[in-house]
Amino acid sequence: MSQAVARTLDLKGLSCPLPIVKTAQAIKELASGELVEALATDPGSVADFIAWCTSTGNELLEHTEEGGVFRFVIRKK
Amino acid sequence: MPARVVVLGGGVGGTLVANLLSKRLRRDVRVTVVDPTGMHAYQPGYQYLALGQANGRWLVRDERTLLRTDVDLVVEPAIRVHPDAGTVQLARGGSLDWDYLVIATGARLAPELVPGLTEGSYEFYSLEGAQRLREALRRFRGGRLLVGVAGIPYKCPPAPVEFVFLVEEYLRRRGIRNRSEVRLLSPLNRAFTIESASKVVQPLMAQRGIELTTFFNVESVDPSSGVVSSLEGEKAEFDLLVLVPPHRGQDVVVESRLGDASGWLPTDRTTLQVEGHERIFAIGDATNLPISKSGSTAHFEAPVVASRIAALVKGSAPRSNYGGNVMCFLETGNRQGTVLRFDYEHPPAPPQPSAIWHSAKWLFNRMYWGVVPQGRLPERMPIPVPRGRSTE
Repeated sequence: MSQAVARTLDLKGLSCPLPIVKTAQAIKELASGELVEALATDPGSVADFIAWCTSTGNELLEHTEEGGVFRFVIRKK
Repeated sequence: MPARVVVLGGGVGGTLVANLLSKRLRRDVRVTVVDPTGMHAYQPGYQYLALGQANGRWLVRDERTLLRTDVDLVVEPAIRVHPDAGTVQLARGGSLDWDYLVIATGARLAPELVPGLTEGSYEFYSLEGAQRLREALRRFRGGRLLVGVAGIPYKCPPAPVEFVFLVEEYLRRRGIRNRSEVRLLSPLNRAFTIESASKVVQPLMAQRGIELTTFFNVESVDPSSGVVSSLEGEKAEFDLLVLVPPHRGQDVVVESRLGDASGWLPTDRTTLQVEGHERIFAIGDATNLPISKSGSTAHFEAPVVASRIAALVKGSAPRSNYGGNVMCFLETGNRQGTVLRFDYEHPPAPPQPSAIWHSAKWLFNRMYWGVVPQGRLPERMPIPVPRGRSTE
């Protein structure tokens, strides 16, 4: 069974760079290894999330798009 | 009886909407502007003040002198809007009735949201802040100078990039550039949120030796050790720290329970009506719209709101819509600049920095007081401004 998401962030309608900022704030409050799910509608957020995870060492487990909503699942390092 | 329009806020948006309404409707309208200070500031000038290139007198004028004589001005804070009663309560106990309300109250600086920010950093987002920064820069003898933002959203998104270019030039002119490190802290992996603009400014930053720290979302400042920390767990040491403080909506919006969690007004992106309130409009920094908080935005929104209210007063269907227009100049130092023009459907396509856009910015800076609040600036630009291809 896959690990449960500790927190879901609704970032729909927010424009760059707010999705990254809010995710950075939320991840700060999680324990190492916990998962956060982020839902965003800004198309630019895909590249931003990939780059942010690479840079910070948090692991981007999934990113999918459905009906204009981008979903990211990130594991805190 | 003339329609009663109350405008909260005497900034660029509020002043322009009041003047346009009074010009268009004349005797059919009674416009009252409510402003807590009665003073109108040209905020884009604050950075020049900090760099010793402008004085406070140029930047602030008496609001009364900018309004048409038939517009009333009440110098007093508004403390609460009662949408159902159609009134607004004032700080000294009085109240004003309105048929239409325009909320143009702008943003409040909220440095208290970041520990250590007030004691440990400087800003150029208020007159007092710009004056303090000017003194700090005069005392600066070289060292690590860091520029960044301490919260999102903030007014005038290009301002930190612009400031880092201008302050680098300032240090060169003072002869202390070789003793200084100049660094921009960015919340993203590029210098600026808009990618096309980052592509234009980053090579220039590299040329001038301006360092870039990416994914640095400020969490706190330690004034005693001179260290700023990020949410990402990084630390940066500084001798002089310039951070744009976090912004929030004004208290009157929060008190009236009209705003979201940060005090921004949920606003329709085309009609600029406050959601759920047909007779209340919002413009400028006070809205929750996902576009730049800037004077330029308010400047483009004001004619739409004036036109919609005028139509409603005359009993016709409002036809004017806001398309997300924003235009801003971006100084890149060495008397050069570029320009960003965009709307909901077109991303900006900033041209290579040149002397033209630096001169255009200064022409605008000098013309502001005589043309913008009065609505005298032509809607069409005298020089064509490039814009990106439609994303639709």
